[in-house]
Amino acid sequence: MSAQPQASSSPAAGPVAQVTGRGLALRGDDIDTDRIMPARFLKAVSFEGLEHHLFEDDRAADPRHAFGDPRYAGASILIVNANFGCGSSREHAPQGLARAGFRAMIGRSFSEIFQGNSAMLGVPCFVAGGAEIERLQALVEATPEAMITVDVATGMITAGSLRVEAALPPALRDGFLSGQWNPTAMLLQDFDEVRAVAARLPYLTGF
Amino acid sequence: MAATLFQKVWDLHTVRTLPSGQTQLFVGLHLVHEVTTPQAFDMLRQHGWAVAFPERTFATVDHIVPTSSQKRPFLDMMAEQMMSALEHNCLEAGIKLWAPDSENQGIVHVIGPELGLTQPGMTIACGDSHTSTHGALGAIAFGIGTSQVRDVLASQCLSLDPLKVRRIEVSGRLSRGVYAKDVILTIIRRLGVHGGVGFAYEYGGNTLEAMTIDERMTICNMSIEGGARIGYVNPDETTFAFLRGRRFAPAGDAFDRAVAWWRTMATDANAAYDDRVAFDASTIEPTVTWGINPGQSVAVTEPIDAAPGDEALEFMGFKTGTRVQGTRIDVAFIGSCTNGRLSDLEEAARVVRGHHVAKHVKALIVPGSQAVRRAAEARGLHEVFIDAGFEWRGAGCSMCLGMNPDKLEGRQISASSSNRNFKGRQGSPTGRTLLMSPAMVAAAAIAGEVVDVREVLEGVPA
Repeated sequence: MSAQPQASSSPAAGPVAQVTGRGLALRGDDIDTDRIMPARFLKAVSFEGLEHHLFEDDRAADPRHAFGDPRYAGASILIVNANFGCGSSREHAPQGLARAGFRAMIGRSFSEIFQGNSAMLGVPCFVAGGAEIERLQALVEATPEAMITVDVATGMITAGSLRVEAALPPALRDGFLSGQWNPTAMLLQDFDEVRAVAARLPYLTGF
Repeated sequence: MAATLFQKVWDLHTVRTLPSGQTQLFVGLHLVHEVTTPQAFDMLRQHGWAVAFPERTFATVDHIVPTSSQKRPFLDMMAEQMMSALEHNCLEAGIKLWAPDSENQGIVHVIGPELGLTQPGMTIACGDSHTSTHGALGAIAFGIGTSQVRDVLASQCLSLDPLKVRRIEVSGRLSRGVYAKDVILTIIRRLGVHGGVGFAYEYGGNTLEAMTIDERMTICNMSIEGGARIGYVNPDETTFAFLRGRRFAPAGDAFDRAVAWWRTMATDANAAYDDRVAFDASTIEPTVTWGINPGQSVAVTEPIDAAPGDEALEFMGFKTGTRVQGTRIDVAFIGSCTNGRLSDLEEAARVVRGHHVAKHVKALIVPGSQAVRRAAEARGLHEVFIDAGFEWRGAGCSMCLGMNPDKLEGRQISASSSNRNFKGRQGSPTGRTLLMSPAMVAAAAIAGEVVDVREVLEGVPA
């Protein structure tokens, strides 16, 4: 029970202090998880291969969709607008992104479930202001080869001479820095405390 | 100190503050279905972890089940594989499963309350965003991802940050032809599809107090469409009466003790909220979505106010300033965890009785559970629907999402009682969804186009 969990389904393990890589700018508010990963690809008993189906229908409808743009091949930092990942709780959406190589996301805002699901995979979702997101997206669109560095401790995002401040919820930030972003082992420690809570719940003890 | 139900339930279920600063929260009831759990059970096996509290997890199958015939093996090999995986996982872990051949299978958010599993003062988690539904009974219920399902299976706990609480006060009488669905669509329209991020929504006011549990479930169900992971209504006499006699509800003296405790869990009179908003129910009209998220709605008689060139308008094929009323539909779907309960079918039947579905419309009635289907049949509702030209189906998620044989084709337009009008949601990448109440869907099925249900109800006994 005390073994350190290795999230086999996730691309990373251990502390996440910094992410460096090229960006992909995906514009639009309220992009839901049905669009990120259409439901038909959830018909499977594993997460394998989901990276091939990201935005499959959006890409088919729009030949210029950012996820079909070869200039962004190999990008590892996704830059989005407001309420990214809203709707269904399907982890298949962040699983697909993580398996495609995305190691961090920066957006105006994220759905809570999506942000939490991504954190469980070792992928931080940073929140920045609308003007900051616009500058980052414009930079990435103009120079897709630009290297972006995201510092988890400070929330500072650096891309050439551009410096932008972003934030993570403090507990998620600390979890990434300490390597405890995958909480199962913590939840299993001192299990007597868990049993004590169960023992005080009226609905588990016949009222 | 005065507290909200959210704070009381959160505190009661807190195990401790984790080193990360998040709360370790005990999950009183864990519900699972076939789509978001096979990978979680695999992760457990890889680590050699056992299921910590198998008696607090209950399973059913809903997303992938065909609704025309639920005979095993399913014709779709992948659906059959998912069903088999769930059976295997539940058997191995000692988890109760209601499969299609059991009489209690159904949509997970329909059967939880129906069986009395869902109770006030509980924490409830499920790998499904519509878990907020269960808040209608005064539970703190929320959707989780698959890695979190793994955590709940392994430890019966989650690592979470607390939420703020927004009180949504709805007062006044709903007009005839206006339903809980119209109330929640109106709330989402005003507060926005991400207005609820960071909040639990507490719904109250005399409109909510006058509602049945079914109606409250419709409202809490769509909290997530407004960005709020949790929505709830404080437990009251309606809640207690709903639970009495249900299979997993306490019985005898224990029921009375439970009611006494449930009362104490409701929000205190002078509790502080992080935010408050108010709605006047008497001004709400039958509401329909015109766009590609549930916040893009109008009253059925109201012109669409989006700017020309708007992505949603273009996808849907609407023009600025036109009305949704009069839009020709191809499909009518009544069902889902939002509106697939007995009372929804009764309201639809009231509209349908004595009429026939328009020739060009494919119309489906999909009960939310096998129990709903049986209860409807006991009342003869299936005959009303079948005589009118509707297909009477078995229980499941059906056309709410494209994971089973019930799907839109091409650019079809569906009048739907479900919860999401996202692009591609109903199984065709170019299919179009108009969300509305079950009565509005029934009226649209008969007229062959979107109509104002208030006009149809004139002359129908209340």
